[in-house]
Amino acid sequence: MADTQTSDAFVEFERVQKSYDGENLVVKDLNLVMPKGEFLTMLGPSGSGKTTCLMMLAGFETATHGDIRLDGVSINNIPPHKRGIGMVFQNYALFPHMTVAENLSFPLEVRKIGKSEREAKVKRVLDMVQMGAFGGRRPAQLSGGQQQRIALARALVFEAELVLMDEPLGALDKQLREHMQFEIKRIADNLGITVVYVTHDQTEALTMSDRVAVFDDGRIQQLAPPDQLYEAPENSFVAQFIGENNTLEGVVKEINGDVALVRLDDGELIDCKPVNVSKPGERTRVSIRPERVEYNKERLQEGVHTLKAEVLEFIYMGDIFRTRLRVAGNEDFVIKTRNAPDQVRLQPGTQIEIGWLPEDCRALDA
Amino acid sequence: MSDTTQNGPVLAADGTPLKRSLARALRMQKMRALMLIAPLLLFVVITFIAPIADMLFRSVENKIVATTLPNTVVALQDWDATGDAPPAEPVYESLYYDMFVAAEAKEHTKLGSRLNYEQTGLSSLFRSSGRRLDDAGEAQIDALEDLNPAWEDPAFWYALMDAGSGAADDDLLAAKRKQMTELTDIDHGVDIGFAPRADISQLLPKTADAYTLFALFTAVEDEDVVAEEEPWEAVKVALVQDLQEGADVSSYTGPGAAELAAAQTALAELPAMNFKEVFLDIDKDWGSVDNWSTIQTYSPRYTSGYFLNAIDMQKGPDGPEARPENQQIYMMLFKRTLFMSLVITGSCILLGYPVAWILANLPMRTANLLMILVLLPFWTSLLVRTSAWKVMLQQQGVINDVLVWLGLVADDARLVMINNQFGTIVAMTHILLPFMILPMYSVMQTIPPSYLRAAKSLGANNWTAFWRVYFPQSVPGIGAGSILVFILSIGYYITPEIVGGTTGTFISNRIAYHISSSLNWGLAAALGAILLAVVLLLYYAYDKIVGIDNVKLGG
Ligand SMILES: Nc1ncnc2c1ncn2[C@@H]1O[C@H](COP(=O)(O)OP(=O)(O)OP(=O)(O)O)[C@@H](O)[C@H]1O
Ligand SMILES: [Mg+2]
Repeated sequence: MADTQTSDAFVEFERVQKSYDGENLVVKDLNLVMPKGEFLTMLGPSGSGKTTCLMMLAGFETATHGDIRLDGVSINNIPPHKRGIGMVFQNYALFPHMTVAENLSFPLEVRKIGKSEREAKVKRVLDMVQMGAFGGRRPAQLSGGQQQRIALARALVFEAELVLMDEPLGALDKQLREHMQFEIKRIADNLGITVVYVTHDQTEALTMSDRVAVFDDGRIQQLAPPDQLYEAPENSFVAQFIGENNTLEGVVKEINGDVALVRLDDGELIDCKPVNVSKPGERTRVSIRPERVEYNKERLQEGVHTLKAEVLEFIYMGDIFRTRLRVAGNEDFVIKTRNAPDQVRLQPGTQIEIGWLPEDCRALDA
Repeated sequence: MSDTTQNGPVLAADGTPLKRSLARALRMQKMRALMLIAPLLLFVVITFIAPIADMLFRSVENKIVATTLPNTVVALQDWDATGDAPPAEPVYESLYYDMFVAAEAKEHTKLGSRLNYEQTGLSSLFRSSGRRLDDAGEAQIDALEDLNPAWEDPAFWYALMDAGSGAADDDLLAAKRKQMTELTDIDHGVDIGFAPRADISQLLPKTADAYTLFALFTAVEDEDVVAEEEPWEAVKVALVQDLQEGADVSSYTGPGAAELAAAQTALAELPAMNFKEVFLDIDKDWGSVDNWSTIQTYSPRYTSGYFLNAIDMQKGPDGPEARPENQQIYMMLFKRTLFMSLVITGSCILLGYPVAWILANLPMRTANLLMILVLLPFWTSLLVRTSAWKVMLQQQGVINDVLVWLGLVADDARLVMINNQFGTIVAMTHILLPFMILPMYSVMQTIPPSYLRAAKSLGANNWTAFWRVYFPQSVPGIGAGSILVFILSIGYYITPEIVGGTTGTFISNRIAYHISSSLNWGLAAALGAILLAVVLLLYYAYDKIVGIDNVKLGG
């Protein structure tokens, strides 16, 4: 896992702002440092400014304020074609009037590379994406997945060290998408290139990335490796956005080191880990993952606070059971349990008691 | 279901060959589709295709000579046009009878105008001759009428010639009905209260001929009763001729037998009528070999003459030959039309491409607003726009005034920018520009901006990105616009007419002239047909070179 150190920074955003209309900031104060070779994903809801960031990096949009540096050099005034950044577009943007091979040799031609070398490179990159036999075809004669590979190959053929991908798999079906995720990751790792990848598919983000930057409202809400992002969200937006999450609202009663006592709105008390709260009396949202909730008393720790819950719905999903409960007035409280031989299938209407480890329950901002 | 592993035709569920049942199913669909479009198809065929086909047909049709002078044409067949002797007497004799009928029906002037396209002077020759034909053969007629006043009596003539009531049409009447119908384009198949007597037809063939024509004309055209009208001079001339040529009147016993016998004896001494002299008397041009040769050359019902004329050639006695230098005009006009259309198309591309590009790359709202400016010229009358150019370009016009005022041009050396090719090209480029911009715009709109971005991200500078990536994708728009503009301009008429002067007119102006002024529709049709052929040829060449599926009007 790459540690962020400004010394080996390859891509840097420093206090970057962007406004299209002079009234609204689409990107507000973006700070980001990427080392060489990192696979970083920008993840966020629609309209959160991901594409805008990518376009500023590629040079198709200019930052309203701030500095973008590549390999230590400010690129604000370098035109796109001199930046040497490979890019994969969402709709692939393969030139329809050229064959696959012509598409691939285009970046080499504009770099005035000799014919034989061009052909060798095109062949190599075609083999790399396992499309060696398709050089003579037009893009329209390829399937979506094949076009995707060619778009990837075209971004790689001129040996760019930084490759940007804007939702490259958005148009593919689920199975192909999973396959391509794997392919892209493999190729990126083999070549050691630095990748900025945009998606709003969180599974994609979690499975492919070294680090994920969660965008919302023009800001990076959290920048962390996937496991931290999932297990230790830093605010309630990230907790809600990544994975499934249960939220309970309340007020901090007291904080003792790394355990906070929270009084929920219906008066119950629970133990949490204070993350975004600093003093008693503050409102908070308590976040807990469905698979960390325990209702089997034997497995609960001694002395933890438990809550009463009523089973509302039981859904059989094959590998897991998904049970919806009413907890502290919240009717959307979900728990997930593994389909093990000894697992109890809770019937709707049953009254149970639930609990969790205090460190799995995070008190975040309200 | 069908069994494909077996050899032989694949069968459908009901055992019929799959191919046939498929064809049947498709035929039903096609029929239904055809029924839906049938009204429109009919409308298009009747109002559009049929007139064009008729017009094209006129470019080879030439029956007027054969219908106006049916007997002359036959008699003229054996005449040798390469010699220097005018035709012999029988030709003039046929000409007399043919012309007489034609003059009565007032068709001879039409033939004169038609033949005048090929040989100047024929129009007035025919017109004057037709007028003076009534006086020909005066000696014969007077001699006949002096013998017996009965020869001036319509009833007597009718009694002599008519077969009596209820007689059926014989060959003679049928033939004459056809001749008159063809001559006048009026149906002569109606009841005329007359049928030629068989024995008279036998005895006096020329008289019967002429009288039958007279009877048809009187009954159909004049809507008079045949028995009450005095026959034409030509009928009397024919009778004298028949009698003098020794008709055996003694065998005839019908009405008027006595008068006929008396006339034959009395007229025996009268000198026979010399038709050739009659015509040479009327106009000595009837002795011209050139005139007769023209009539002979154009006597077939179909002719390539119009087409030859349209490419500056003519029919000579020895086949097609080039026209005299000073009459060659059409090839030059065709070349000029093609050249100027190409220049106009080229300037439309040059001017239209940037406009279309800007329109396609502006935000929708602004683009729509600017689009109105592009379309604005469509909403003003073509004449107004063209005349506006006259105001702009003429020597005392806006541009010249400004140039003089700026001192760039001396007052006595104002630029000539109108009534020449330059004026036509400027005005037509302006008028046809929207036809170039619209298809270009609609094609460019479909080119996503991401292509240009992709090209730049791959290292292409602005120009390379445009030229290698954007331009090739906009070619279908250029193609569609070019075809539109080129084809429109090749047939354009009003603008060159107004601003073209003499050096800036197109072939279409010539076509219009022949349609509405010289009334030489055959030549106009031939020119039009050649123009159509040229366009189709260019279209074909375009398809071969660029590919017609590379043409997009949008989407
Ligand atoms: N060219 C533009 N002009 C004006 N506003 C724009 C432009 N491009 C984007 N925006 C606005 O900027 C904001 C961020 O857009 P951006 O395309 O970066 O979002 P995104 O995170 O990529 O979303 P998505 O996941 O839907 O692609 C949006 O509110 C959008 O409306
Ligand atoms: Mg986007």
